[in-house]
Amino acid sequence: MALSAKKAKAEAGTVLHIEDSKFRYTLREMGRNKGAYMMMAPFMILFLIFTLLPVLLSLPIGFTNFNMVQFPKWVGLSNFYRLFLEDDVFLIAIKNTLIFAFLTGPLSYFLCFILAWLINQMGAVLKTIFTFIFYAPSFAGNIYFIWQLMFSGDANGYINATLMDLGIISAPIQWLTDANYMLPIVIIVQLWLSLGAGFLSFIAGLQSVDKSMYEAGAVEGIKNRWQELLHITLPSMGPQLLFAAVMQITSSFTVGTVAQALTGLPSTDYATHTIMSHAMDYGSLRYEMGYASAICFVLFIAMLLMNQLINRILRKYTSD
Amino acid sequence: MKRRKRSKKVRLNRSLGGDIGVFLFLTLVGIFMIIPFVFAISNSLKPLHELFIFPPPLFPRDPTLDNYTDLFQLAGNLWVPFSRYLFNSIFVAVVVTVANVIVCSSAGFVLAKGNFPGKKTLNQIIVTSLLFTSTVTAVMQYMVMAKMGMINTYWALILPYIATPMNLFLMRQFMGQLPDSMIEAAKMDGASTFRTCWQVAIPNVKPAVMTLLIFAFQAAWNITGTQFVYQEQLKTLPTVISQITAAGIARTGVGAAAAVVMMTPPLILFIITQSNVLETMAHSGIKD
Repeated sequence: MALSAKKAKAEAGTVLHIEDSKFRYTLREMGRNKGAYMMMAPFMILFLIFTLLPVLLSLPIGFTNFNMVQFPKWVGLSNFYRLFLEDDVFLIAIKNTLIFAFLTGPLSYFLCFILAWLINQMGAVLKTIFTFIFYAPSFAGNIYFIWQLMFSGDANGYINATLMDLGIISAPIQWLTDANYMLPIVIIVQLWLSLGAGFLSFIAGLQSVDKSMYEAGAVEGIKNRWQELLHITLPSMGPQLLFAAVMQITSSFTVGTVAQALTGLPSTDYATHTIMSHAMDYGSLRYEMGYASAICFVLFIAMLLMNQLINRILRKYTSD
Repeated sequence: MKRRKRSKKVRLNRSLGGDIGVFLFLTLVGIFMIIPFVFAISNSLKPLHELFIFPPPLFPRDPTLDNYTDLFQLAGNLWVPFSRYLFNSIFVAVVVTVANVIVCSSAGFVLAKGNFPGKKTLNQIIVTSLLFTSTVTAVMQYMVMAKMGMINTYWALILPYIATPMNLFLMRQFMGQLPDSMIEAAKMDGASTFRTCWQVAIPNVKPAVMTLLIFAFQAAWNITGTQFVYQEQLKTLPTVISQITAAGIARTGVGAAAAVVMMTPPLILFIITQSNVLETMAHSGIKD
């Protein structure tokens, strides 16, 4: 909608260039960039209809009681009061999400970069093989069900069987239902899965670094690969660092699917319950859509703040 | 060209010991990454009676392709012919991937290199939209699509998946690295924005395009559309595979076989695109 209005204005802009007021100037600039708007149009139209519009329509739901059958009933801020003041499980969910966000988040971001950088130092064939192996978990879809078999609580689980065979334990451990083990296991699997979009963009980004810069660096006295990383590679990877950071924020704040698949929903003692699991719990199991929307709204705000923070940190490497 | 070739031989700032260390480290991490796949593939080759013996053997003693033949037999006994699901999946995956790459690259180019009113705002909206979570918006998405009459049509499997903010963002980031002088030169030569994008910018961000291709195909191949499509004739492979494997513990082996089969197409594409990237970019880089 906004776009078509802009286009109309753009067309008008070509005719009205009599006075150079700021408004007129903008119109004329728009007219001059007609081609640019045309090229964005397909994306923007589809994006507006299928992403932006549903999101905007969903925002008010957080302030209602909505059971997906009756028409939503406006309840003001009561969902949010309930969330922060009465819902003890939500506090557990926040705690777990923060553990994931601040432990696995930075760790897997770091891993993505370091591994991509190390892979980039191998020959062409090894590069392809390693990239393939490391990225494999991300495109294997739901293959993390194998982890469930490995950590299965009975004597047939691979880990239990191996440990019992070696005589380290005498009875099978309930890996996925014992609150002591659940969180570490989910973290391991999460790390295993973490070499995704960010990792691949690093691999691609490293290919695009101007090779002659390395030569120039060698001439100017760069001695080893670490200096090279610090003075040449990192500064020319700004856009990829930012891309991977945003992807990392999204994936670490919305963790829940893996935990749910491995440890169930709700998990024992809510040991791996995250904000996302909480939203799933209310949204898809209890049909309290209003409450689930309020949860997602809080999550969105948290991610927005985090994004601002990361942007500030990475400002050194990015121009905009 | 000559100079660069020589530099490749000399391997600047590298020591042999360091290279070997890096290789060993990567191999160790690689083993950890690949263990689950070894289990998945070996499980898919185990006959049913071997799946539950103690201790579970890493490799099948008596490998068989039964699980695969079972999978295709089960797939052949469906109410709707299996070829229909296969066609749906391939059709949707190809159309979505091609459209996604074209639409996201064009918009990404303009948002990176364009200079027009509203650019900053649009960029902000795209990055912010990456942070939306889809769980709650699904209801509203359904309502929007129902209003447009798209429920139970191929449109529902295609249109929502074309404009992905993540892919646009990826392209924008890579194209932003292209030197402005390159774009200006093309403009001076009288190329339109569209031609500048496709004949100047895109060929120079090949690694990004290949990555985009992988992201797009991977997502497209896994489209289930279960929220928007209820007719059996319109469903895709992931849906029918999960129906087959949902039948319980006797299908453990079949489930592993299904996972291996579903993984294969994106895997092949990945190998093709990656070797392509590494080959063509071996001697070049973006020059200012």
